[in-house]
Amino acid sequence: MTSAATSTEPRPDVIQLDGVTKKFGSAPPALDGVTASIRGGEITGLVGPDGAGKTTLIRLMTGLMLPDAGTIDVLGHDTRTDAARIQAEIGYMPQRFGLYEDLSVQENLDLYADLRGLEKADRPAVFDELLTFTDLKRFTARLAGKLSGGMKQKLGLACALLKKPRLLLLDEPGVGVDPISRRDLWKMVEALMAEGIGVLWATAYLDEAEACDRVLLLNQGKLLYAGLPSGLTERVAGRVFKLTGIAGRRRTLLAHTLDEKGVVDGVIQGEAIRLVLKEGSDPAALLPGDAGADARVVPTAPRFEDAFVDMLGGGPGGRSKLAETTQARPAGDGRPVIEARGLTKTFGDFTAAADITFDVPRGEIFGLLGPNGAGKSTTFKMLCGLLKPTLGEGRVAGFDLRRDGAEARNRLGYMAQKFSLYGDLSVTQNLAFFAGAYGLAGARKRERIALMTEIFDLGPHASLNSKDLPLGLKQRLALACAVMHEPEALFLDEPTSGVDPITRREFWAHINGLVEKGVTVLVTTHFMEEAEYCDRISLIDRGRSIALGPPDALKARVATPENPDPTMEDAFVALVQSSNERAAA
Amino acid sequence: MTASASSTATESRRASARRLVALIRKESLQIIRDPSSILIAFVLPAVLLFLFGYGVSLDTVRTRVGLVIETQTPLTQDLAASFQASRYFDVAIARDRRAFEEDLVLGRVRGIIIVPATFTTDFAGQKNPTIQVIVDGSDTNTANFVQNYAQATVANWAAMRSAETAARPPPINAEYRFWFNPELKSRNFLVPGSVAIVMTLVGTLLTSLVVAREWERGTMEAIMATPVSAAELLAGKIVPYFLLGLTSMTLCVIIAILLFGVPFRGSLLALYALSAAFLVPALGQGMLISAATKNQFLASQVALMSGFLPAFLLSGFLFEISSMPTVIQWITLAVPARYLIQSLQTVFLAGDIWPMFLRDIAIMLLIGAIFFLLAARSTRKRIA
Repeated sequence: MTSAATSTEPRPDVIQLDGVTKKFGSAPPALDGVTASIRGGEITGLVGPDGAGKTTLIRLMTGLMLPDAGTIDVLGHDTRTDAARIQAEIGYMPQRFGLYEDLSVQENLDLYADLRGLEKADRPAVFDELLTFTDLKRFTARLAGKLSGGMKQKLGLACALLKKPRLLLLDEPGVGVDPISRRDLWKMVEALMAEGIGVLWATAYLDEAEACDRVLLLNQGKLLYAGLPSGLTERVAGRVFKLTGIAGRRRTLLAHTLDEKGVVDGVIQGEAIRLVLKEGSDPAALLPGDAGADARVVPTAPRFEDAFVDMLGGGPGGRSKLAETTQARPAGDGRPVIEARGLTKTFGDFTAAADITFDVPRGEIFGLLGPNGAGKSTTFKMLCGLLKPTLGEGRVAGFDLRRDGAEARNRLGYMAQKFSLYGDLSVTQNLAFFAGAYGLAGARKRERIALMTEIFDLGPHASLNSKDLPLGLKQRLALACAVMHEPEALFLDEPTSGVDPITRREFWAHINGLVEKGVTVLVTTHFMEEAEYCDRISLIDRGRSIALGPPDALKARVATPENPDPTMEDAFVALVQSSNERAAA
Repeated sequence: MTASASSTATESRRASARRLVALIRKESLQIIRDPSSILIAFVLPAVLLFLFGYGVSLDTVRTRVGLVIETQTPLTQDLAASFQASRYFDVAIARDRRAFEEDLVLGRVRGIIIVPATFTTDFAGQKNPTIQVIVDGSDTNTANFVQNYAQATVANWAAMRSAETAARPPPINAEYRFWFNPELKSRNFLVPGSVAIVMTLVGTLLTSLVVAREWERGTMEAIMATPVSAAELLAGKIVPYFLLGLTSMTLCVIIAILLFGVPFRGSLLALYALSAAFLVPALGQGMLISAATKNQFLASQVALMSGFLPAFLLSGFLFEISSMPTVIQWITLAVPARYLIQSLQTVFLAGDIWPMFLRDIAIMLLIGAIFFLLAARSTRKRIA
């Protein structure tokens, strides 16, 4: 995924932003005085968490929106006066690809070729080239709505490229697309860049930023950094370490370590703990006595996210008030809290999940990882009793979901990525509703609501409607609603994808704390950072579990001499590909 | 220089035409493939037509009324017999109106028809004889019909009497409102009216839905970021739905004439000219709604409230405009369906009356122009 664009000659700017500010209503500005430039022949990453202002900035560049203050110059034209000229020269792929789902692949191409004024004589050659490039030749007659996420994304790209643009704007092309398709797309975009096209690639995935030639880092509408990705990671050079060979509970250790003065940031990474230290801190001094004899502090290469968190002033502490007020659960009889036995679900002749089997013992985090449409949501829904399995059985806290579904559901808390909150109810009303839904009443209900409000610091926002809350607060509220009734098991559906790294750390500090108290967690995600928090992972592809084990073991399985320390994403891609090869053979 | 400038202009006109054709082709493909478009444009109109053709009848069948004959004479008895023989009324006879006053309040009779004591002498003396009709005003529809049918019955009676006696009867206060619908069949004017409802569905509801859908699915954003202009975008939506509106109107008219035997006394030119003129405000309203809401649910609600319901209730389709409160009558002046319905009923039941049609067409185009002006203002190539 690396690209070598270190040509000595400075390339001309294709976009110049000067003091760009955009406000919507009375909310804080979506963009606040952004000044930057974007060069041709490079991939510029527009990086930032959801709500940072990425989409707004791209729309401003297309001339479809006008800034409240400042100017934007795209390919030498001002967006205020010359939007039409800009739109004739750029390619733009919006977040949902801009495809007509009831038109076929070829009809979509024809439409955009007409709209972009591609000469009839040139079409056969251009279509042929793009269809080969995107590997869609076999599907020209298929309706766009019937394509997979990755194929839609490629078709969207092809439509944006019909009349070779000088500048290509891609708004989060990786969202909702599995890592394999993401890598394919990246390769295509690199090929374009080589032809001199300037590419702007917006993403919430910080690991994608590292592969860009240059990055613009946005957070809450402000430009935090502009320049080479290495320039940002250099900030934390020599300050990033991995704590390996930990003997005891690594989550407890992390919580303690985060409260140390010299620590800026820390996260669980498989069996290890990844730490960013303050300038001048002694890593050796950090190694606590209870870490065990084999514990080592190993320097490691900094990543973009380390630098981002450092830039934001460091991550939150390791304490979780939620966990502190939670009663430790007795070890019990050693029976797993969540059990899946040959779970199978078919819809007509389509098998969404086939023979999924795993156990989650008390106090463990188990992850279901897989591309979109692989069957992880189906499995997840069968285990919370929302879907009846066609075959097999599922148990939560010993209750069979088929026979005692209600009992089982009372013992689990559920939080979805889309945050299953009622947007038109206030924070307090949401809490009260979920308390009631989980059967709390009277003094106990008041007590729990007050406690949740205090723990998650929701007091100042109590009367706001939940749809008006910033993303981070919404997430806290959703967690508060899910743990109100002190569930034995927590079901998390992509709980932190797209949220900023600070909010994600706060969230996982709570989860880690709860797990130490004996709560069992099942999480589904296609977000690799979330997978690192798990004790064990089941990799799901095409409805089947193709690999099961601790994250580090899965990574070790795909390690090669060229890539001795693969990331979770490397492991994912390699395992899915080899499973596909086996299936094809 | 000028030559190259004019060739550039020709070039850009050609490109613009090509974009427009592409948009229209895309929209047509979508209409054909989207079951909901077919549903709204063809199935719903047929259902509506069958409902109004067979299910709903505003004809009063044997409405119970009280007939007060204040003075018994052969003449008034003859008139009473005529009421008793009417298939519209179930008549009770008394000599004093007080006999029915309570019944009217309780709804046991729908109206009281009074033949006053002076009727016989006035009739003989050619002194403008009058009958009095008291109706329950809380049910305007029934009241209207009682009133009109009573008048019709009296007029019929007078005509028959004059034929028998060969004497010219004095005019009896009878405004013959059903000139062009001599059978007094409500179907004959409901069916033309429902054509207007159907075109409102296609023009306003369907159009606002499909534009809002493009906003929701993000295709509007992608299309706007191409060289396409706002005018081309608008035209690309309007042309297909204009044609679709005329098609489903044609379907309705065919059903109305062949299946329901509604007379068609005007010309096809008048029918299409009026329908085309009506589609201008209907489509304009649809475009305005979708540009303002950008959300299918909201668009459908607004289209129903501001397009469909007024076309139903305030157009003279179901309820007589002249019997509405004055303020509501003023409001109906802004309802385009009102002009279409009165003209269409004329086309079907009377024939071409061009001065009336041209006036109505002009008013509909004017309302349409206002909608389009507003819609064009809010459909600049901007997302927010």
